[in-house]
Amino acid sequence: MEGNRIVSKEKSEWKPRIIAFLCNWCSYAGADLAGIGRLQYPPNVRIIRVPCSGRINPYFIIKSLQHGVDGVLVSGCHPGDCHYISGNLVARRRFAILKRILEFAGVEKGRVQFTWISAAEGERFSQVIKEVTQEIKALGPNKRFVKEA
Amino acid sequence: MQESEKELREVAKKLLLEKKVDLIIGYEEGTLPLRTRPIFIREADETKKLVWNFRCENNLCFYLKMAKERVGIVAKGCDIRSIIGLIKERQIKRENIFIIGVPCSGIIDRKKIEDILEGRELLEGIESDSQIILKGEGLEEKVDKDKLVHASCKSCKYRNPVLYDTLIGKEVSQGEGEEYSDVEEFASKSDNERWAYFNDEASRCIRCYACRNVCPACYCPQCFVDQSLPTWFGRTLHPSDTLIFHIIRTLHIAGRCVDCGACSRVCPMNIELRMLNKKAEKDVKELYHYEAGISLEELPPMATFKMDDPQEFIK
Ligand code: SF4
Ligand code: SF4
Ligand code: SF4
Ligand code: FES
Repeated sequence: MEGNRIVSKEKSEWKPRIIAFLCNWCSYAGADLAGIGRLQYPPNVRIIRVPCSGRINPYFIIKSLQHGVDGVLVSGCHPGDCHYISGNLVARRRFAILKRILEFAGVEKGRVQFTWISAAEGERFSQVIKEVTQEIKALGPNKRFVKEA
Repeated sequence: MQESEKELREVAKKLLLEKKVDLIIGYEEGTLPLRTRPIFIREADETKKLVWNFRCENNLCFYLKMAKERVGIVAKGCDIRSIIGLIKERQIKRENIFIIGVPCSGIIDRKKIEDILEGRELLEGIESDSQIILKGEGLEEKVDKDKLVHASCKSCKYRNPVLYDTLIGKEVSQGEGEEYSDVEEFASKSDNERWAYFNDEASRCIRCYACRNVCPACYCPQCFVDQSLPTWFGRTLHPSDTLIFHIIRTLHIAGRCVDCGACSRVCPMNIELRMLNKKAEKDVKELYHYEAGISLEELPPMATFKMDDPQEFIK
C-alpha cells in the first residue's frame, strides 16, 4: 500500500487491480465454492463482502475508482433469491442509472460491471472473474477520478 | 400579462380575507433592474405587491418545506411538479397547500442578459409584451424575449399546471423541440471528450453548494457531503471530488428532478448542471417509464422496483 493506493510490485507487466463487492449470501458463497473446488481464476481481484447488493452505495464504486482501482465488479443474488427479498431489485435500478451516468461522464464501458452469482455457481464465479479481468486488462489502467500527484 | 397579474392579486387577497390560507408566497418586484424576488404576505393589503411576469424565476416551493401554516403559493408548471414531488415524499401536506397555478410560457435566463451586457452595468430594464429593453450608461438595447428564454423552458412539456386549486389566466401552448437533443449530441462524443468536458466544468465549481441548497428535491437534514463521522466524501476543490459531488447528487435526484432550472440559475460559476440531470431524467424515462412530478400516486422510481426491470447491463 502507498497511501490509499494499492500498488502492484512487479512493474514489468501491468496487472489490473479489481475490487469485487460480493453479497454475503450468494456471490460470496459462490466465491467460496470456487475456492473449495480449487477452481483457478486470476488473482487480480480483491473481494469486499457486503451483507447484500442493496448495501452497496454507488459511492463505494466511485470511490474505488478514485483510489485507483482499475475495475469494479458488483455481484449479488439472482433476482428473486435475495436474502432480504428485494435488496437486489432496488439495487438493480440504482446500478442501472449509476452505470449509465458514469459512462455518460466518460468512464469507459466495462470499467464497472455488474452480475448475479448464486451460492451454487462456483464455476460461474471463476468464469466471470476471468472475463472481467480480461476486459479490464484490455481497457488499460484506470485514469478516471484518480487524483494525479 | 397585466390581466393575469390583476387576477392573481384578487385571488390572493380573497384567500387571505377568507382565511383559507395564513400565508401567500409569490413574487414582487426586486430592487435590482429586471429582478423579482420572493414575497411572503400575511396581510390582504399587501397582495397588491404581487407580480407575475417573464422574470419570476425562483422556484418558490423551496419555501414550502419551512412553512408551518396553510400556504397559498404562486406556482408555475415546473414548480407544481416540485410540489407534487414534495407531497409524494411526505415533506408537505396537500391540505396545507393552496396552489395558485400560473400557466407559463417560459422564464428569463439572466445569464443571457449578462452575455449581452458584457460587463456593462444595467441601470434599468423594462419588460414589454415581447421584448426586454436594457438601459445603462451608453447602453440601450432591445432584445426579443424569445431569445432570452431559459433552456429548461424551451422544450418544457408541462407549462400548464398539472395540479392546482385555482388557475390564473389562460392555458398556454407547450414548449417545442426535442427535449434530449443536447444530451444525445453530447453522448455521441468520445469517452475522453466527455470526461474532459465534465472535468472542466467540475474544476470551476467552488463547492458553495448553492445548487443543492436551492433545489426543492434536496431537503436532507444532512447532505452526504456534510457527513463527518467519518468524512468520507472528498471535500477538496479537486475536480475529481467536485465531479463526484455532482454525480452523486444527480443520482439522488434521479426520477425526482423536474428540470426547474433553479440549480443552474443560482450557480455563480455558470456550471452546466443541466446536462447530468437531464441525462438521469432521460434514463429514468427510458427504463422505468416515469416522469417526476406528474402524478400523486405513482411511487418515485428509485424507491421501488419491478421484478422484470430491464437488466441487459447485468453480465
Ligand atoms: S436538480 Fe436543479 S433542475 Fe432539478 S429539481 Fe433540483 S433545482 Fe430543479
Ligand atoms: S445531494 Fe443528496 S444527500 Fe445532499 S441534500 Fe440532495 S438529495 Fe440529500
Ligand atoms: S452552485 Fe455552482 S459553484 Fe456552487 S456548488 Fe453548485 S455547481 Fe459548484
Ligand atoms: S442478499 Fe444477496 S443481493 Fe441481497
